[in-house]
Amino acid sequence: MLNQLRPALVLLTALTAITGLAYPLAMTGLAGAVFPTQAAGSLIERGGKVVGSGLIGQSFTSDRYFQGRPSATSAADPADATKTVPAPYNAANSSGSNLGPTSAALAERVKADVAARRAENPGQPVPVDLVTTSGSGLDPDISPEAALFQVPRIAKTRGLSEDRVRALVEARVQGRVLGILGEPRVNVLALNLALDEQAGT
Amino acid sequence: MTINGWIQIALFCAIVLALARPLGGYMTRVFTGERTLLSPVLGPVERGLYRVAGIDAAQEQHWLSYALAMLAFHGLGFLALYALLRVQAVLPFNPDGQSAVAPDLAFNTATSFVTNTNWQSYGGETTLSYLTQMLGLTHQNFLSAATGIALAVALVRGFSRASAKTVGSFWVDLTRTTLYVLLPLCMALTLFYVWQGIPQTLGGAVEATTLEGARQTIAVGPVASQVAIKMLGTNGGGFFNANAAHPFENPTALSNFVQMVTIFALGAAMTNVFGRMVGDERQGWAILAAMSVLFLAGTAVVYWAESAGSPVLNSLGLAGGNMEGKEVRFGILGSALFAAITTAASCGAVNAMHDSFTALGGMIPMINMQLGEIIVGGVGAGLYGILVFVIVTIFVAGLMVGRTPEYLGKKIEGREVKMAMLAILCLPLMMLGFTALATVVAAGLAGPANAGPHGFSEILYAFTSAAANNGSAFGGLTANTAFYNTTLGLGMLFGRFFVIVPALAIAGSLAAKKTVPASVGTFPTHGGLFVGLLVGVILIVGGLTFFPALALGPIVEHLAGGLGQTFAVGG
Repeated sequence: MLNQLRPALVLLTALTAITGLAYPLAMTGLAGAVFPTQAAGSLIERGGKVVGSGLIGQSFTSDRYFQGRPSATSAADPADATKTVPAPYNAANSSGSNLGPTSAALAERVKADVAARRAENPGQPVPVDLVTTSGSGLDPDISPEAALFQVPRIAKTRGLSEDRVRALVEARVQGRVLGILGEPRVNVLALNLALDEQAGT
Repeated sequence: MTINGWIQIALFCAIVLALARPLGGYMTRVFTGERTLLSPVLGPVERGLYRVAGIDAAQEQHWLSYALAMLAFHGLGFLALYALLRVQAVLPFNPDGQSAVAPDLAFNTATSFVTNTNWQSYGGETTLSYLTQMLGLTHQNFLSAATGIALAVALVRGFSRASAKTVGSFWVDLTRTTLYVLLPLCMALTLFYVWQGIPQTLGGAVEATTLEGARQTIAVGPVASQVAIKMLGTNGGGFFNANAAHPFENPTALSNFVQMVTIFALGAAMTNVFGRMVGDERQGWAILAAMSVLFLAGTAVVYWAESAGSPVLNSLGLAGGNMEGKEVRFGILGSALFAAITTAASCGAVNAMHDSFTALGGMIPMINMQLGEIIVGGVGAGLYGILVFVIVTIFVAGLMVGRTPEYLGKKIEGREVKMAMLAILCLPLMMLGFTALATVVAAGLAGPANAGPHGFSEILYAFTSAAANNGSAFGGLTANTAFYNTTLGLGMLFGRFFVIVPALAIAGSLAAKKTVPASVGTFPTHGGLFVGLLVGVILIVGGLTFFPALALGPIVEHLAGGLGQTFAVGG
């Protein structure tokens, strides 16, 4: 065993330096030079201030904005650090709800959300992604159906015609990659930025 | 289920199969010490390392020295990572001011990465500094993966050699795998992932002001370089808590697809390496065929179950399958396929929360792990895992016709079968034994977040994942406690090394045997009959053990959910 110690020590140190320092640091330098925007987190600025990342969802509660999916992320309770409080779209602590298919808590939450959405747009089927939390709690996207579902409300609160809002949504639908991979989607932050521009605010 | 979904599955399988042969050819050249395209660049580095370490590259090891070298290397690696976790607060590259990791969590995390499990008791962005992520986790991702491959190659040498005393040099296998296979592929993959949107920066978390005026703290970091190896090396430990569901670990459907392919790529190629090294590629294809049968069957069930959705939610008038815990950009298929792949391959990265899968959709990942991670499996680990089953299969076939079984010209005798059974029995003992313990002590019962059968499933999944060295979780389980950190850590250690050491013993014993020429009575091991028999043995010997436990968890939950029953915590 002892004669194995020298190779073990030397290889551990050398390979650690190569794979644990040289590799990530070299890639950081290279990535920053070739794809600086993505390497920094795909940040979006408006008027010189960072308003978010194009890849990270953010919480929209106002009726004037398209809303994303419910989020199950939490944060430390300011009053008691050992407890957590719900904090939707907390991009410093990603997580899902982890509620199982027979969870009473999940059934009650979805039931309440479905009722609220039905009241907003009666007669239309509620898209499933609008009432379920994502795996990360930071899903930046909703399905095209979920965006179109919100068009009547947005048109009303913004004083725009439904056709105009619908055209805005349809222009921002991203299809499947190569027509095959993934699902069609709409980035909520990009859509809301376009909405603000459209409304001239 | 949609046509498009099946096209994605078919495309995935086609690409993995198409890559197996070229990758297998390249890796075989690396393991046999031949020149490769990269030799002019990496050769001097390699020889320099051997000189400083005092390694004679030509000197091979007996299986026992090989095993001791591996254990010494991992022992030191474990200590170094444990120390790093404990003192990260005072070291550089810590822009977000992470504090020292608690002893039980440090033990669990160090064990988890050294054993290629990468179970996440830690929270990623909330617990670890950038230095720990790079120097500790990224580096162990490389080395535990390289070790798995090295061990598989040693076992293959056992089959391919006759009357030999040695099975190769652990130091050479480890170094060559890291330098020639993992590192170059990861560099290319890192750039691809950054292009797709994965961050790679040393800057600290970004403060944003949202459109509604709220403050949002966005965690970033050197993510892409770690994601590349965590998938390719079937490690799976995430940079972020939400792992590959996090948009910064997996931003697009294309990055998702490439991650799925890279999870399987090296494991599938290892079957071709096996075929080439024993001198008959058909032997490798037969093993890959058995893996594919099991994989496609599992994938079809998860896809069906998640598309059908949960009866409880469907009764609220929702259509479109089970989207709780899934990301829109991947959808049902992208999440179901990923779940089947990551648990078949011992990767354990997740792009959707398995805890929120339907009862049957969540059962398949458990079964994939309980079979011993042999459906493609962890890099290297999958191959030595399935070769252990092959030995049992050959033994069973021999019993049927009443002659001494042989495989690739090697007589399979008592010693090999005993070692194979030892490796196979270790997993149910760890998975079921610890689950049973956790369901009777208060510290164990405090863990589950869900009530009813799903709570039991959370515990079963945890110990299954730990012993199988997978690392995925039913994440609702509060596992960052002294009880779970310790028991899961032990499960990982036994699950890794009590399979590795018997596998190496088999390698040594096979290498020493003479090769007997095939005769008319030899059972051909490259045809459909052998593939069918192997699948049957895997399901009966490996799978049936777990049926009673599965009946108490997912199967009961499926039946209860079908009747519309729900379970409330404390109710």
